[in-house]
Amino acid sequence: MLQIRGLHAAVNDKEILKGLDLVVKPGEVHAIMGPNGSGKSTTASVLAGNPGYIVTKGDIRFYDKDIVALKPEERAGEGIFMAFQYPVEIPGVSNINFLRTAIGETRAYKGLPPIETREFVRMFREKQHLLQFSKELAERSLNEGFSGGEKKRNEILQLAMLEPRLAILDETDSGLDIDALRIVSNGVNKLRSSANAFVLITHYQRLLEHIEPDFVHVLYKGRIVRSGTKELASELEIKGYDWLNDLPAALTDQN
Amino acid sequence: MDTSNANNTLHSVIESNYQYGFVTDIEMDVLPRGLSVETVIAISEKKNEPEWLLKWRLTAYRHFLRLLETQGMPEWQNFDLPAIDFQAISYYAAPKGKPVLNSLDDVEPELIATFEKLGISLTEQKMLSGVAVDAVFDSVSVATTFRKELNKLGIIFCSFSEAVKEHGDMVKKYLGSVVPATDNIFAALNAAVSSDGSFAYIPKGVHCPMELSTYFRINAGNSGQFERTLVIADEGSYVSYLEGCTAPQRDENQLHAAVVELIALKDAEIKYSTVQNWYPGDKDGKGGIYNFVTKRGICKGDGAKISWTQVETGSAITWKYPSVILKGDGSSAEFYSIAITKNKQVADTGTKMIHLGKNTKSRIISKGISAGEGQNSYRGLVHAGTNAINARNFTQCDSLLIGGTCGAHTFPYIEAKNKSVQIEHEATTTRIGEDQIFYLNQRGINTEKAVALIVNGYAKEVLNNLPMEFAVEAQKLLAISLEGSVG
Repeated sequence: MLQIRGLHAAVNDKEILKGLDLVVKPGEVHAIMGPNGSGKSTTASVLAGNPGYIVTKGDIRFYDKDIVALKPEERAGEGIFMAFQYPVEIPGVSNINFLRTAIGETRAYKGLPPIETREFVRMFREKQHLLQFSKELAERSLNEGFSGGEKKRNEILQLAMLEPRLAILDETDSGLDIDALRIVSNGVNKLRSSANAFVLITHYQRLLEHIEPDFVHVLYKGRIVRSGTKELASELEIKGYDWLNDLPAALTDQN
Repeated sequence: MDTSNANNTLHSVIESNYQYGFVTDIEMDVLPRGLSVETVIAISEKKNEPEWLLKWRLTAYRHFLRLLETQGMPEWQNFDLPAIDFQAISYYAAPKGKPVLNSLDDVEPELIATFEKLGISLTEQKMLSGVAVDAVFDSVSVATTFRKELNKLGIIFCSFSEAVKEHGDMVKKYLGSVVPATDNIFAALNAAVSSDGSFAYIPKGVHCPMELSTYFRINAGNSGQFERTLVIADEGSYVSYLEGCTAPQRDENQLHAAVVELIALKDAEIKYSTVQNWYPGDKDGKGGIYNFVTKRGICKGDGAKISWTQVETGSAITWKYPSVILKGDGSSAEFYSIAITKNKQVADTGTKMIHLGKNTKSRIISKGISAGEGQNSYRGLVHAGTNAINARNFTQCDSLLIGGTCGAHTFPYIEAKNKSVQIEHEATTTRIGEDQIFYLNQRGINTEKAVALIVNGYAKEVLNNLPMEFAVEAQKLLAISLEGSVG
C-alpha cells in the first residue's frame, strides 16, 4: 500500500530525511526506531502532509497514487491517519462534535453519505469501551485539560473511529504509564486486520512488547540503516544506539 | 515548522465574497445631498411630523453643529476616524410608491424580491412562523408583518413614522429619554435626520409570542441610513428583538448612524440581538459602511432585565457600545458580543454597564476575532454609583487572533463609588495555531472548515444566546466571514 522511494525532506531549509526507502503492505506492522534527531517524527509529519515539511526529492506512493502533492485532509481521506506525539487542545470544540465532523469529511471525500446518528452512536460506544474512554471525556472540549495519557487514548479512539488504511503512531508510547500503555496497545491490537497497516514510531522497545511488529527499521541521519524483525528491537534495547556512530560514512551519508 | 509556508496555507482561507452586495433598481425619492436646517425641515415635512418632533430635530441639529465646531469629531477611539463629508450625503432616500402601507399587497414587488433575496420573506405564509419583521429600505420602513396577530395581544409593532402618528404620546414620552440628542455627535445627527426605524410596545404582563425583528437594508448610493428604534417593555412583559443589516458593495464609504433605545419597566425583560453584516469593504479596505451606532437601554423599574447580544461581522468601521443603565433595584443586564474584523476592518466595540440601583447585576462576555489586518478593540465601562449597594459585575473579554498581522486591544474601565461592589474581570488572548489547523486537516477537515470549527467553538457562549432561528444563520455567517481569513 505504501511505497517510499529515495525520500528527501526538509524543514526550515534544513534537510532531515536523506533518502528514505520503505515499503508497507496491508496487514503489516512496521516499527521505526532510532535515536533523537534521526528523522522519526519528520517521517510521520511528511507522510501526513504537514505543510511545514517540504519534500525535496523522491516519492511517496499510496496504493499507487503519488500523494506528495495532496493536502493533509486529502491524505486523511485516502485513509492515512497519524496519531500525534503532542495532540493539540482545541477549546470550545467538543470531542464528539469533532469526531462527527471528521468522519463526515473523510466519508464525503470517499463519496459516501454522512454517517447516520444511530450508527455513529453505536460505533462510538463500542470504541469508547475498547479504549476505556469515559463519557465525560468524550463530551469535553477536544483534548482540553486532558492528561498526557488521556490525550494519547483519545488519539487511538479517533483512529478506531476513522478506520484508516494506514495508521502512523508518532511516539504514542512517550509519556504513558503502564496502564495507559496497555490500554493503547490493546486497542491497536484489536484494530489490526489484514486490510490495514501500522507504522509505529518509537524510541523504546517497550511499546513493541505489547504490539508485536512484523518489521523493525533503524532510522539514522535521515535514512534507514538496518531492517529486521522484532529481534532487532531487542538487540537495540541491549546495545542502545551508540553503535550507529561507528557505521561507515558511506552507509549514513549519501549527500 | 516553516512558518511562512504554513501561513500561506492559512492565507488562502480568508478571501471571501460578500454575498449581499447587489443593488435593487427601483425608482426613488431622494433628497439632494447636503445637510442644513432645510434638510431637517424637508425630512420632517415628508413625514408630516408634529411640531414637537420638528423642534426636537432642530435642537438636535443645532447641537450637532455646535459639537462639530467646538469639539470636532471624537478622537478617543482606537483608530483614525476618516474625514466624513456630511455635505456629500443624501439624508433621505425612499422608494417611490404609496407613502402609507396598509397591507403587504401594497409593497412594491421589487422590494419584496429584494428582501426575499436577503432571506427575509415578507409574505406571511412563507415566513418563519415565530418571527415578525419590520423591513427598512434606505430611509423608510416598507413593510411590517404579523401586525394583526400581535395587535390582539395589545403589542404594538410598527415603523417609527407610524408610531409618531398613532402613538405620539408614547413616542414623545420616551424618545431621547435613554439616548438624548446631546449624547454624542452621531446621536445628535441621528436625532436631526432620522427618517424611520422600528417601534415596539409590549403591554403589561404580556410575553411576546414571537421574535420581533427589523431588517435594515441600505440600497441607494451616496446616502446614509439614520434609523431610530424604540422598544418599550411595560411591567412584567417580555420581548425578544432581533435586527439584521446588509448593504450593496460599493467603492465609496456609506454612513450608518443609528440610535436604539430600550426601556424596560418593572420586572420586564428585553432581549435584543443584532446580526450586523453591512458591506465590509474589499480586501484593500476600499468601500464599506461606517457603522456609528448608539444603543442603550434602561432597566427603569425594579427587577427589570436587558440583554444585548451582537454578532458584528460587517462594516469597514464599527463603533458601537450597547449599554445598560441599571436604575431599578435588583435589575440585571447582559452583553454578549462577537466582533470579527478581517482585511482592513476596524471594530471598536464594547459596553457600558451603569449600576445605579441596589443589588444590580451585569455580565459582559466579549469575544473578538481578528484576522488579516483587522483591528479589534473591546472598550468597556463598569460603573457602580454610590447607591448601587451590592452591585456585581462579571466581565470576560477574549481575543482570538488569526495570523500575525491583525490586532486585538482591550480598554476596560472600572468605577466603583461604594465599597460593597464586586467586579470581576477576566481576559484571554489566543491565536489559532498552525498546529491546530494541521491537526484538524489530518483528520480530514479542510482548513476553512477547521477555522469555522475553532471559531464557532470559541464563540459558542455568545451564539448560544441568540434566538434559535438565528443561531444557525450566525454560525454560518461566522464561517463565511472568515473564509480566506487564516493568515
